[in-house]
Amino acid sequence: MIRTPLRPLARILLARQKGENPDTIERENLRLRHEEIRDRSRARAEVRLLFLSLGFLAAFSTIGARMGLLAATEPVEPRSASAGAQIMATRADITDRNGRILATNMQTNSLYAQPKDMVDPGRVARELAKIFPEIDPVALERRLTDGRSFLWIRRVMSPEQMQRVHEIGDPGLLFGPREMRLYPNGTLAAHVLGGASFGAEGVSSAEVIGTAGIEKALDARLRDPAQAGTPLALSIDLTLQAAVEEILETGKTMLNAKGAAAILMDVRTGEILSLASLPAFDPNDRPNPLVKGDPGDSPLFNRAVQGVYELGSTFKIFTAANALNLGLVAPDTMVDANAPRKWGRFTIREFQNKNYGPLLSVHDVIVKSSNVGTANLALMIGAERQAAFFQSLGFMDPTVIELVEAPGARPIVPKRWPDITTITTSYGHGISASPMHLAVAYAAIANGGVRVTPTLLRGGVPQNGARVMSPETAAASIDMLRGVVAEGTATLGDVPGYQVAGKTGTAEKPNAQGGYDEDKVVNTFASMFPANDPKYVLVVTLDEPVETSGSEPRRTAGWTAVPVAGEIIRRAAPLLGLRPVVEPPPVDELTAVAN
Amino acid sequence: MRPVFFVLTFLGVMALCFWAYRENYATQAALRDMGRLQNEIASLREALALQRAEWAYLNRPERLRELATLNFDRLGLLPLEPVQFGAAAQVSYPAPMLLPGDDLFPDISNPVDVTGQFSTEPAPSPVDGQFP
Repeated sequence: MIRTPLRPLARILLARQKGENPDTIERENLRLRHEEIRDRSRARAEVRLLFLSLGFLAAFSTIGARMGLLAATEPVEPRSASAGAQIMATRADITDRNGRILATNMQTNSLYAQPKDMVDPGRVARELAKIFPEIDPVALERRLTDGRSFLWIRRVMSPEQMQRVHEIGDPGLLFGPREMRLYPNGTLAAHVLGGASFGAEGVSSAEVIGTAGIEKALDARLRDPAQAGTPLALSIDLTLQAAVEEILETGKTMLNAKGAAAILMDVRTGEILSLASLPAFDPNDRPNPLVKGDPGDSPLFNRAVQGVYELGSTFKIFTAANALNLGLVAPDTMVDANAPRKWGRFTIREFQNKNYGPLLSVHDVIVKSSNVGTANLALMIGAERQAAFFQSLGFMDPTVIELVEAPGARPIVPKRWPDITTITTSYGHGISASPMHLAVAYAAIANGGVRVTPTLLRGGVPQNGARVMSPETAAASIDMLRGVVAEGTATLGDVPGYQVAGKTGTAEKPNAQGGYDEDKVVNTFASMFPANDPKYVLVVTLDEPVETSGSEPRRTAGWTAVPVAGEIIRRAAPLLGLRPVVEPPPVDELTAVAN
Repeated sequence: MRPVFFVLTFLGVMALCFWAYRENYATQAALRDMGRLQNEIASLREALALQRAEWAYLNRPERLRELATLNFDRLGLLPLEPVQFGAAAQVSYPAPMLLPGDDLFPDISNPVDVTGQFSTEPAPSPVDGQFP
């Protein structure tokens, strides 16, 4: 670019000649130059502004177009990302501890009608009644023709039924996909699983929600989409559960019992390996709760967890263990067991008005199940320490097992604790708890004195709970319980090789009049095996059993719950992988043989 | 020089257009394929879940127990008993394998006298492949 000089020499000289000020030329030139510069920069700025506005226009129109596109298009699933199992299954499966399925989902269809599109409602109603016997054709036809535009007919149906509905061929009948909860094992572990039903229902899907048992207690976990692909593994062992339920059912039938319950529990981990309650129900077709009468008579009632009974003499070992733990007695200390014993206006008797006294060792008090001996032990302990011991064993609070029924089963404990309460609770009367409470308390004895929390989830980690008694006390208690089975009231429960230890309990049922029914009892046998190193606790409870093989009906636990428990141990122990211990024969059975 | 550059640029643009066209259709084909596979996986998963349920249903303990009872003659299955536990020492070792060079009858050094009587009854014949 050729720059114009500010003081061109020719014009300067000319101006000087004319006597003008040459500086005006310079100023004029400077002005012109500035104007030129200003024009150039304005043009440049205009171009820049143009580009800038074009850029903004492009950006905003892109964003606007994208937003419009997003708003206007139908949503589609991302096709390039791989879908995991969690999208397929809405509710996680439940398996037993070995991964065998206890609850799973199945794709079925629901049936609904849009009567406005229906060609011949009368024929549809008649044909549907042929397929589904519970449908009343007259009522259905009335509902199809009363002017409504939508009607549910079936929630779920089998593929065969669906095909037959297809064959009716009416355009007003429509199907919606349904994910249905399926319990392939039928009544097995019904009380643990509970059941499921539909929550909010739409045409294209319905939510499945748990209605009872672990399905309801862990509903959030089972419905969590992040964990839908991982089955919930329970501590229940399907094979064991089947064996326990089979034997319990046989026992219940043979002994004419109204109901039965059994709990098999690992004493260190607190895992429940089997939890049975009879009568049972089919969770696939869960019956309705009873609207009148005793809810305890319903098959839905979980006797093992919800059933709160006076558990009778099974409590005596807690009194003995407490006295041992406090250092008041040793197993061979002689205590007063002279029956009957008067206490105020009450008389404490033994079974069948026997008298085991006047003196009995603590060991024999348990073995012979002496009420008077236990009462005297309890009086030595005192009310406060007795209540505290029951509290530490968990008899004052509901169990914390993963069942929705558990928190409602609060033990019935005395409000005040006078001496007579101390006496009756020492042998399990006047205090009511569930078999689950009893299993937890026996597990504390069996594992050497540590409280465990029962669980239905597979974990397998030994718990490090609060210590409730010293290991020495626990060992002495186990020894006494072994005595009960070896020589006491529970000899029918001795299983060769497994050294069963346990305590029987027979409690008369309270009646509506506030007294006790003599011919209605709850029999309990709480046991642990093998006695030299207890690994499992088994609690068997029978409701109103009677053993009629003898000349007169027998209602003590030794004749009812004990043989059933013995049979369960005989079947269950090999399944648990417990090798029978070869016990040395008693000395008097050894015969000297001459060389 | 310039025309050559323009021609080359034009050819390059055309080549890129062709490549983009091909890629576009290949991507769409792959997405369609993916969608088809996803549907297939979903239906297979559903079938798998159903078969798992069916397997669990057919292997429910109640049915197995009934089958074991029905086929007791052939199978003789009974619940596991405590006496069925054995010790490893009770398992006998298999007989040593005879190699081709081995002597079938190693030297018999302690012959035993065997005495007996001839039976007058006919020899027992096998019933169902087993001697009574």
